[in-house]
Amino acid sequence: MSPRNKFLLGAGIIIASVIFLIASGVKETGVYFLTPSELVNKVEADPTFYDVGIKVGAKVVPGSIRRDDAARRVDFAVSDGSRQFDVTYVGIVPDTFTDANDIEVIVEGKYGRDGIFRATEVLAKCGSRYEAEYEKSKKA
Amino acid sequence: MTLLGQFALWLGLMTAVWGAVVGFGGRWKDRPDLARTTIGSSYALAVAMIVASLALWKGLVGHDFNIEYVWAYTSRNLPGAYVFTAFWAGQKGSLLFWCLVLSVFGALAQAVTSRRHEELMPYVAAVVNTVAAFFLVTMIFGGANPFERMAVTPPDGNGLNPQLQNPGMVIHPPMLYLGYISITIPFAFAMAALMSGKLDTGWLHAIRKWTLLSWLFLSIGITLGMWWAYVELGWGGYWAWDPVENASFLPWLTMTAFLHSVMIQEKRGMLKRWNMSLVIVTFLLSIFGTFITRSGVIASVHSFAQSNVGYFFLAFLVAAGSAAFILLYLRWPRLEPEAKLESMASREAAFLFNNLILVGIAFSVLWGTLFPILSEAVRGVKITVGPPFFNRVNVPLGLLLLLLTGIGPLIAWRKASTANLRRQFIVPVVTGAFVALLLAVIGVRDVYALMTWGLAAFVLGTVAQEFYRGIRARHRMFAESAPIALLRLIGRNRRRYGGYLVHLGVLVYFVAFAGSIFKVTKEVTLVPGEKVEIKSPFGHTWSFTFLGISQYEALNRQVSSASLEVRKDGKAGGVLTSEKRQHVNSFGEPTFQPSTEVGIRSGLREDIYVVYAGSVGGTERSNFAITINPLVWWVWAGGVILVIGGLTTMWPGGRATVPVAAGSSAQAGFEARLIGTEA
Repeated sequence: MSPRNKFLLGAGIIIASVIFLIASGVKETGVYFLTPSELVNKVEADPTFYDVGIKVGAKVVPGSIRRDDAARRVDFAVSDGSRQFDVTYVGIVPDTFTDANDIEVIVEGKYGRDGIFRATEVLAKCGSRYEAEYEKSKKA
Repeated sequence: MTLLGQFALWLGLMTAVWGAVVGFGGRWKDRPDLARTTIGSSYALAVAMIVASLALWKGLVGHDFNIEYVWAYTSRNLPGAYVFTAFWAGQKGSLLFWCLVLSVFGALAQAVTSRRHEELMPYVAAVVNTVAAFFLVTMIFGGANPFERMAVTPPDGNGLNPQLQNPGMVIHPPMLYLGYISITIPFAFAMAALMSGKLDTGWLHAIRKWTLLSWLFLSIGITLGMWWAYVELGWGGYWAWDPVENASFLPWLTMTAFLHSVMIQEKRGMLKRWNMSLVIVTFLLSIFGTFITRSGVIASVHSFAQSNVGYFFLAFLVAAGSAAFILLYLRWPRLEPEAKLESMASREAAFLFNNLILVGIAFSVLWGTLFPILSEAVRGVKITVGPPFFNRVNVPLGLLLLLLTGIGPLIAWRKASTANLRRQFIVPVVTGAFVALLLAVIGVRDVYALMTWGLAAFVLGTVAQEFYRGIRARHRMFAESAPIALLRLIGRNRRRYGGYLVHLGVLVYFVAFAGSIFKVTKEVTLVPGEKVEIKSPFGHTWSFTFLGISQYEALNRQVSSASLEVRKDGKAGGVLTSEKRQHVNSFGEPTFQPSTEVGIRSGLREDIYVVYAGSVGGTERSNFAITINPLVWWVWAGGVILVIGGLTTMWPGGRATVPVAAGSSAQAGFEARLIGTEA
């Protein structure tokens, strides 16, 4: 085999492995990213969506946060305007997760048959952390 | 002052457009006088941008809160250094900063480039001006003008986000920007070579320092970003595969690939098309990085703003990409390779694989970053991938790359003989195997960790062997002592030994990354006097006794500080404090959300990382997250070594290595090269 073909063979193997790694990686680690309505509709249509890893991006319902500091547990409700459900999380929430008005969160975890979302991770979305903060105060 | 700033912006835009038009048109109409004006416009643009920037700085330092930007990012009680760096804290200012740096780089490129490349320069100026014009249009017409005034003048400003009030944040963004922006210069030269048809290696020589410079800035920027995330964000890690992080990593990867493949073009006249494509892709990725950061199309913990500016970037990305690739297509036949690959056991082949893997990593990172958008467009449902995806794909590829880091620099050009392979690799291979075996014997069971550390030892073996041989040769020939020989060795062959130092830095990074596999985190609730113990991966028992909370006021914040007494295996190890801070404005009113200051005790083996997560119901009973982070210190050490190596390769002066006829001398390894340069 000529060096050129040997190289092409090697390159083909590398490219194939990259594609394989990407495809299998997406398949095995990919997580649905849904709004509360999408999630509620999905589980209603297809119960296999209960208790599988899912991410939800939503707004925290103002005033719904209940903190049990001693147990490091936080319960709150999230909503996208039309559907709403409760989230429970044990762990330390980030500083950006405050009782202030309408914070956005991304919660990762499983939605149970009891209608409660058990989060393994809570990100208070700072999609707007650096600038929208002031956009908000400007409007106020 | 804003009037002057506004004026300078408009003048800059007109200069940039003029320079671009006559730069591209001058050659076409065969008017050398116009081509000369283009170069003049490059300098004029830099002056306009300096004036505009000074005007903004004047507003910031003078607390002119009537300027919206000044009001939004500073306040009277903000420490002076942060007032100065608030210049690039927000989107509008950072766009101006971008124009400033780009125009200064453009002018510098005109000033320092050798007369040999005269024919390229009008095109270089035209390309730089076009990019600058785009940024100025975005600022002026995209609602991102930093000089906008407000109807009323507030008494005090909004203040700077506390998480940005960190020394790392003072230099991290400008370093990344400098990296992103300086990529424009090599891109401009590449386009100039394509347009002028001067496609010999001339343009490659002209951009060597620029590519190294932007690579260096990107490396520093990324490492500082990791450091900032580690000390400021409080989740105990330094890299989260966040879209914005990925966006900075992408051009670094393709730039690294280019720095290697360009050597093949210089030496062997191969890979011309590939190199051209890499420069174009790197430039596009640098714009893409800004687009991701600024558009908010992908939910990220650090996307900074959602604004229309994103559409400007997207449009520019498409336009610049199409123009560049059409140009490349038109010159395609003239970029024939001058040589063929002769053997798989050759430096060319090692570099080709290195390039493929780097581009493969870049592709997978891009794919993962864009996957939520792609899946939504194709399948109508948003699917995200996170760290597990990126680690799964990139750990094997990274290990392969680490292996090539050892092989590439030592294997002969063209075709390596068995003697060459034996001479160069026996010691490193034995070292690597020995270290992996030793670690397995002392109880390391993680396969990836063993592979990483074994391969790192292999690469260390290759680097050490090169230095040893070089020093020995100098010692024999000039009877120099070892330290003198080492310094002269590096000084006389800066490119080569600087490169080895960079590789040393890379392997130190890998060693440190593998350490994160063994990280331990414990979340606890403690009352004052209570103790918690954590066993570290190195077998130490760390104990933490909660001493209590103290509250006080500082310059622009109220602080609650929690102290823990640390003991390592029973021996006193000092006190660690972690703080909750509530920033206030000069009237004592709270601004921003509370933020956490992490308590870190750094060590060569492991860092202790304490986050005070607040008190329980107003009592002193408090929550903590305590993390033992093995080998994190080495991430920063790797960064420092990498930077020293990078600076070495590009340090001006030094003797240019005489290119010895490839093949004959390369086989003989170091001695031949040394004689070649010294003679």
